[in-house]
Amino acid sequence: MRRLFVILALLTFGLLTFALYEGVVAAPTEQTMGEVQRIFYYHVPSAVTAFTLFLINFVVSIIYLARRSPRADALAVSTAEVGVVFCTVVLVTGPLWARPVWGIWWTWDARLTSTLLLWLIYVSYLILRRYSTSGQTPVIAAVLAVFGFLDVPFVYLANRLFRTQHPQPVYFGGPGSGADPRMTFALLMNMAAFFAFAALVCGCAFAWSAPGRTLKKLRPWKLCCCRM
Amino acid sequence: MSLAEITRVSLAKDLRLEWRSKDAINSMLFFALLVVVIFSFSFDPTAEESRHIAGGLIWVAFLFAAVVALNQTWARELRNQVLDAYRVSPAPANALFISKAVGNFIFVAVLETLMAPLFMVFYNLRSIGPAYELVVVAILATWALVANGTFFAAMSIRTRSREVMLPLILFPISIPALLAMVSATTAILTGEGSARFWVVLLAVYDVVFTTVCLLLFETVLHAE
Repeated sequence: MRRLFVILALLTFGLLTFALYEGVVAAPTEQTMGEVQRIFYYHVPSAVTAFTLFLINFVVSIIYLARRSPRADALAVSTAEVGVVFCTVVLVTGPLWARPVWGIWWTWDARLTSTLLLWLIYVSYLILRRYSTSGQTPVIAAVLAVFGFLDVPFVYLANRLFRTQHPQPVYFGGPGSGADPRMTFALLMNMAAFFAFAALVCGCAFAWSAPGRTLKKLRPWKLCCCRM
Repeated sequence: MSLAEITRVSLAKDLRLEWRSKDAINSMLFFALLVVVIFSFSFDPTAEESRHIAGGLIWVAFLFAAVVALNQTWARELRNQVLDAYRVSPAPANALFISKAVGNFIFVAVLETLMAPLFMVFYNLRSIGPAYELVVVAILATWALVANGTFFAAMSIRTRSREVMLPLILFPISIPALLAMVSATTAILTGEGSARFWVVLLAVYDVVFTTVCLLLFETVLHAE
C-alpha cells in the first residue's frame, strides 16, 4: 500500500510538473489578454475537479443512505474536503484573472455566484460533520449532501436571470469556439494532472478514515507507518 | 389511526401549546420588529429607492425571525424524551414532520400578516404591480423556508450548539429560494417586470424539497 502510494505520488508529481511546463511555457500567449490568460489552465481544471468531486460526494451519500456502508461515508468526507479545497482554488484564481481583464475583482454573475454558493453549501456540510455529537453523523451528513446537491440546479437557474459576465465556454460553445491545439493540449494535461492529484489526496484521506480497511492491516510494530 | 389523523392531533397539540405559551410568536414578532427598526438606520427608509430594496428587507427579516421559531420546534420534544417516545411508537414519521412543518407555517404566516402592514407604514410602501400576487409569493416562500427549516432543525438538534447550527446549514440551501422570493416581491412592488419566472421557480423548489424532506425524514428521526 505504502509502495503503491509512493509510485502514484511520483507519477502525479511528474504529471503536475509537465502540465505546469505546458501551461506556463509551451502554450502560446493569448492575443488580447496576454500572459494573464494562463491562469485558465488552473482555473478550469480546478473547477471541473471540484464539481466532479461534489458529484461523487452526492452519489456515495446516496449509497451510504441505502446501504450504510462506512466506506461510502469515508469517501463522502474525503471528496467533500478535497472538493472544497479545489472550489477555493477556483474562487481565488477567478478574481486574480478578473481584476486585470474586467477591471474588477468580483461580480455577482451567474457562474461566480453559483460557485460561491456551492462552496458555502459544502463548507456547511463540513461544519455539520465537525459539530455533530451523535454517533449518527454520517447519516445526517449524507442527508445534507443530498439536499446540497439538489440545490445546485436551483442556484444556477435563480442566477441565470442576472446578466452573465463570465466568458462563454471556450469549447463546445458553438461556432467560433475552440482554441489553439497547444492551448488545448496544455488544458487537457492540467486537467489530467489535477484529476490525478485530487484522486491521490482523496485516496489518502479515504485510506486514513475508512474503518476496517486500516484496522485489518494494523500491526502494533507497523503503527508508525500504516497511515497510508 | 391514519396519517392524516395523527398529523391533525399532533398539529392541534402544537397549536394549543403555542396558544397558551405564545413563546414562538412573541419572540418572532419582537425580533422582526427589531430588524425593521435596525434596517431603517442603515438607509433612508422613506426614499423612493426603498421600494427597490424593500423586497429584500422583508424576506431577510422574516427569514431571521423564522429561525427563532424553527429552533424551538424540536427543543420542546427533547424534554421528557417525547421524541424517543415518538420513535418507538408505530406512528408514521412523516405525520410528525408534516404537523411540525404546518405548525411552523402557521406561526410564520401569522407573523407575516402582522408585520406586513408595519412594513408598508414604516417604509412608505405601496404595491404598483398586482397585490394579490404578493399573497401567492408569500405562501410559496413561507413554505420554502419552513419545510426545509423544520427538517434541518431536526438535524441540528443532533449537534453541539444547535441553535447556531440551524442557520449555518439552512441559509446556504435556502439562498436560491430567498433570491426567488426577493426578486418576485421586488418585481410586484415596483411593477417592473413579471414575477412569473420567480413564482414558478419557488413552486418547483417547494415541490422538490418537500418531496426530499418526506423521503428522508424517517432516516433523520431515527438517527440517534
